[in-house]
Amino acid sequence: MEFDLLINAIIAGILLGGFYAAVTAGISISFGMLDIVNIAHPAFIILGSYIVYIVNISFGLDPIIVSILVLPAFYILGAVVYQVYYLSFEKFGQESLRGLAFFFGLLFVTEVCLLLVFGVDYRSVNAPYIGSSLTFGGIEFPYRLLVPFLVALAMFVALQIFLSHTFIGRAVMAVSQDPMALRLMAVDPTRIKRIAFGISIATASLAGAFLIIIQPVIPSVGRDYIGRIFAICVLGGLGSLPGTIIAALLLGVIESITSTFYGPSWAPAVSFGILLLTLAVRPSGLLGR
Amino acid sequence: MRTPVFILLEIVIGAALYLLFRRYGNDYLFFAGYTVLQFIVLATAWNILGGYCGYVNFGTAGFFALGAYSSVFFYTLAQSLEDVVPESLQAPLKAILPLPVPVLIIIGGIVAGLIGLGTGYLTLRLRGVFFAIATLALAVVLQTIMVNWEFVGGSRGAYVIPPNAVPVFGPYIQYLFVLMSILVIIALTAARLIERSRLGYGFATIRDDELAAEASGVPTLKLKLIATVVSGALMGMAGAPFPFYIGYVEPDSAFNLSYAVNAIAMPMIGGTTSWVGPLIGAILLGTLQQIATVTISSALNLLIVGLLLIGFVIVAPSGIIGLWQSWTRKKTS
Repeated sequence: MEFDLLINAIIAGILLGGFYAAVTAGISISFGMLDIVNIAHPAFIILGSYIVYIVNISFGLDPIIVSILVLPAFYILGAVVYQVYYLSFEKFGQESLRGLAFFFGLLFVTEVCLLLVFGVDYRSVNAPYIGSSLTFGGIEFPYRLLVPFLVALAMFVALQIFLSHTFIGRAVMAVSQDPMALRLMAVDPTRIKRIAFGISIATASLAGAFLIIIQPVIPSVGRDYIGRIFAICVLGGLGSLPGTIIAALLLGVIESITSTFYGPSWAPAVSFGILLLTLAVRPSGLLGR
Repeated sequence: MRTPVFILLEIVIGAALYLLFRRYGNDYLFFAGYTVLQFIVLATAWNILGGYCGYVNFGTAGFFALGAYSSVFFYTLAQSLEDVVPESLQAPLKAILPLPVPVLIIIGGIVAGLIGLGTGYLTLRLRGVFFAIATLALAVVLQTIMVNWEFVGGSRGAYVIPPNAVPVFGPYIQYLFVLMSILVIIALTAARLIERSRLGYGFATIRDDELAAEASGVPTLKLKLIATVVSGALMGMAGAPFPFYIGYVEPDSAFNLSYAVNAIAMPMIGGTTSWVGPLIGAILLGTLQQIATVTISSALNLLIVGLLLIGFVIVAPSGIIGLWQSWTRKKTS
């Protein structure tokens, strides 16, 4: 019985970890590769959740298809936010204090706006696969976790191929390390960063769809993810997508075991413990350079 | 201005305000005034680390709640002494409990300062953003602990019933108002002293170029830890009287994100380089919010704070003080 519980907790943790990886992908790009501390990222994810919610409720479209349809809009939103950030802070080297305050303000304003429009009720979506689960050898795989997990993995593979096999992708990986070298290759670092930041916000659209498939959403839920996102990002090693996946799965499993055996109200503390431990013992993370 | 003169001036202004409110106002003025004073303390405390050293603390709500919950702890302890404490300890505890609010303020400051020291020690050796992220996560974890800690109310919250009146001051809110005024005096004096001391210059070197400071022998880690402890302790002190002010404490209200946003927005809007900035920002924004809460709605006034924060960091990076300085410079030249 105890063993069954453990196996189920580990499976649920791995599935949850795939979702966490999708949530963290954007931060891995913006914080890990571009050095932009976008703490407003969870707010963009929640925004994605609510857009998916509106379309799903009014037209009955599948949440994941909706999020893929609005990807371009999120990309443009990200590019605009980066442009504002660049012109106001990065250009003058003021990103550390005022840039952080800017993103914090953005996080807060988005949350309050969603609160004013949608109120504090929990919102959820309808899809044929929510509610049922695949049973395999006595172990349950709930579809509402399995579907986001698989789509998240596909997203990661696509991102990794883009980053390592295209010119722009390689330029993104290079931009925070050596912008001068990029300039010598006749590439504008600002343009590369704008593209990369757009992509990082675009992943928030998908992550938002996953979030609202997995659990009902209220505007303030984003805050719970800030600690998790950065814990995963730091633990995985800044800017390493494979590291992000490993760290996300690890955190998912630890959290799942914690909430199975100690109660779900303790789960948020796990990520902070891991974050502090990583910062104290190995700040460069698992797969960090 | 010499420091004793400055303190005297603060006391005169505080006393004048108190007497004015008492003579012409009602209890509501004291309630609203208390909130504004509380924000002055929080903004000044945030600015000691954020403005002087350039290290962003997103965990104001966490430090504030530490103060509030340490008060709740001692209050509940006094209420349930017979049930939770072994008999041998009951007599000495009975003699000192319930603790007066000024003592609780000091305890709140110590608790928050120690947590600040611990977090700072683990994260301040790294790049500044790691500290910022850690403070953000710290607030979430402290909230998780309080939600799970039944003794201080858990997720249901705890009632703290203040006495109706106290000798000399009359209504209890006036007593709290005076205590918070004293905290404002302490915070402003501390910030002003730091600014003009070796410590302040050390902080400024960290803000401007930490690597150069370290290379020229400034003990940066030690200075950052001092700033974190002073700043965290002041926030905890501001939180300690909160349960007596509000009467009912639950995790969502004590850890409300609006404290963190306000504590950042106020110095940013006022100007971060001197103690005057947070003071101006807190008075303006605090009063504005009090008016907006009454006339419009409390959700909308938070939106105003957020938008003002974004607007000011983009358009006027040096805050109102910066605007004022450039305006007077233009006038003279």
